[in-house]
Amino acid sequence: MKKYIDTGKKDTRSGFGAGLTELGKTNPDVVALCADLTGSLKMDEFKANHPERFFQVGIAEANMMGLAAGMTIGGKIPFTGTFANFSTGRVYDQIRQSIAYSHKNVKICASHAGVTLGEDGATHQILEDIGLMKMLPGMTVINTCDFNQTKAATLAIAEHHGPVYLRFGRPKVANFTDENQTFEIGKAVSLQDGNDVTIIATGHLVWEALQAAETLNEQGISADVINIHTIKPLDQNAIISSAAKTGCVVTAEEHNYLGGLGESVARVLAENQPTPQEFVATQDTFGESGTPDQLMAKYGLNADAIVKASLKAISRKGNG
Amino acid sequence: MLPFLLCAPLGKCYFWQHIKYTSMPDMNYLNDLVVQVRRDILRQVHKVNSGHPGGSLGCTEFFVALFQEIMDRKEGFHMDGKDEDLFFLSNGHISPVFYSVLARSGYFPVEELNTFRLINSRLQGHPTTHEGLPGVRVASGSLGQGISVAVGAALTKKLNNDPHVVYALCGDGELQEGQNWEAIMYAAANKVDNIVVTVDYNGQQIDGSLDNVLPLGNLKGKFEAFGWDVLEIKEGNQLDAVIDGLNQAKGSTGKGKPVCVLMHTVMGNGVDFMMHTHAWHGKAPNDEQLEIGLAQNPVTLGDY
Repeated sequence: MKKYIDTGKKDTRSGFGAGLTELGKTNPDVVALCADLTGSLKMDEFKANHPERFFQVGIAEANMMGLAAGMTIGGKIPFTGTFANFSTGRVYDQIRQSIAYSHKNVKICASHAGVTLGEDGATHQILEDIGLMKMLPGMTVINTCDFNQTKAATLAIAEHHGPVYLRFGRPKVANFTDENQTFEIGKAVSLQDGNDVTIIATGHLVWEALQAAETLNEQGISADVINIHTIKPLDQNAIISSAAKTGCVVTAEEHNYLGGLGESVARVLAENQPTPQEFVATQDTFGESGTPDQLMAKYGLNADAIVKASLKAISRKGNG
Repeated sequence: MLPFLLCAPLGKCYFWQHIKYTSMPDMNYLNDLVVQVRRDILRQVHKVNSGHPGGSLGCTEFFVALFQEIMDRKEGFHMDGKDEDLFFLSNGHISPVFYSVLARSGYFPVEELNTFRLINSRLQGHPTTHEGLPGVRVASGSLGQGISVAVGAALTKKLNNDPHVVYALCGDGELQEGQNWEAIMYAAANKVDNIVVTVDYNGQQIDGSLDNVLPLGNLKGKFEAFGWDVLEIKEGNQLDAVIDGLNQAKGSTGKGKPVCVLMHTVMGNGVDFMMHTHAWHGKAPNDEQLEIGLAQNPVTLGDY
């Protein structure tokens, strides 16, 4: 089994901030817009380094999306920053018409996704955003798992022409992927090689999936662990070949089981490789106030939940 | 004449398709074009028995003035719009007038107006970039988004040190959408002074008169209170008045404030039974009504 080391807990949003800072230095076309959450989105350094390329739009997300769409005309690459809830549901029609349908090169960067936003509660914890964004034709949807991967993804999306939704979070979590990784949009990352069960995880659930795989290993079960950072376009081949090898699948995400990664994987399996699948996700519910750890436990989004789902998936093998 | 002198010395006026040889606007030609565009509007919506003739007819003089006299346009269509003036249509439902003037300004063949709202057409019910129609830089139709996009494009022009102007048109009823006021607040606060937003002030919307649906109150006062320079065109269906007003607006750019033009128009202008009512906002004429409308606007430059 490969060993993954947490090199020190960091928030994924700081990975975004670090990536944006680097882009500021390397790509003069990158501009950043923020709806009164500069500190939360870790955009301060970009703002300080490039005040002429930073646009404080105030608490006006709809206008921010329209401005970003317009700024692409003439060659700029706008990165918008606000919480995931205000980056998607609040401005869905603006994104749909002015960005996605108009195929504008806007990068919608969304922090504080999911229940790990914590104490602010359900008004701010969106669990529907992956579904909303993956439904938009032409939209690329990415959910990164740690600081290093978020930084790499931020750099990569600037090179990709077309609208992108980049989803990350608030809390400090394990930082375990390679500091100098190359982020390939649409390419799954194999983290563990196993034969008994496939665990496909995205975002904060990737580290939990690795912990679950260790627990399973102690019980003599080998798990194939795949990190799907790009939910759309989805790496179908990685999913199909792993499912063919193990015969059962668990998907894990900090999102509603309706509309999330799990449903995308289920579609791929149904079409290509019918396989029993268990969903580690929220069960069509809103979140609530609490600490991130408490909420992950209460809503069944941790390593323990993945272990249980894996055992159940294994028990269903051959039963369809 | 003042309008042309304002841009002629810069040597940057490109009269693509409509080539000008004198320093005076060719008012005979432009008036002919206005009548021909009205015919195009009526024929487009009649053929598919759908579309929005009322607002289109009301803005005919505006589009002819903007594309033929006001905007500094490059030949051909370039999505990036560098080193030329840009236009964004926010009230996308008046696509018939937009398409007609784009075609008759050289962006695509006028025969293509035959495909308006048909399956597999680039001339969608509401304008879009999706099918690659030259002249369109953003989709519009869901109301209230165009000013934001135009302000964004104006910001990029400033970043690129491109001195050209961004024009936008929105409906008056559309100003009921809150996003407009976010954009209006932003543009003034950030001194986006390379933009001219014209409001088609016809006082009508689908459900009736604007005052009956949701009055805008003192619209001029509202724009001024938000920090905009506001001009009015009292006769928005008089071509010379529109040209003069838009030239004045262009001359008001670059002075620290975004520029708003309140353009008073009559919905359905040029077809008597369509005027002074909201009834033709989104309804096409039948065969008989088409003939009456066309008879009031005899062929000038040739039908498509």
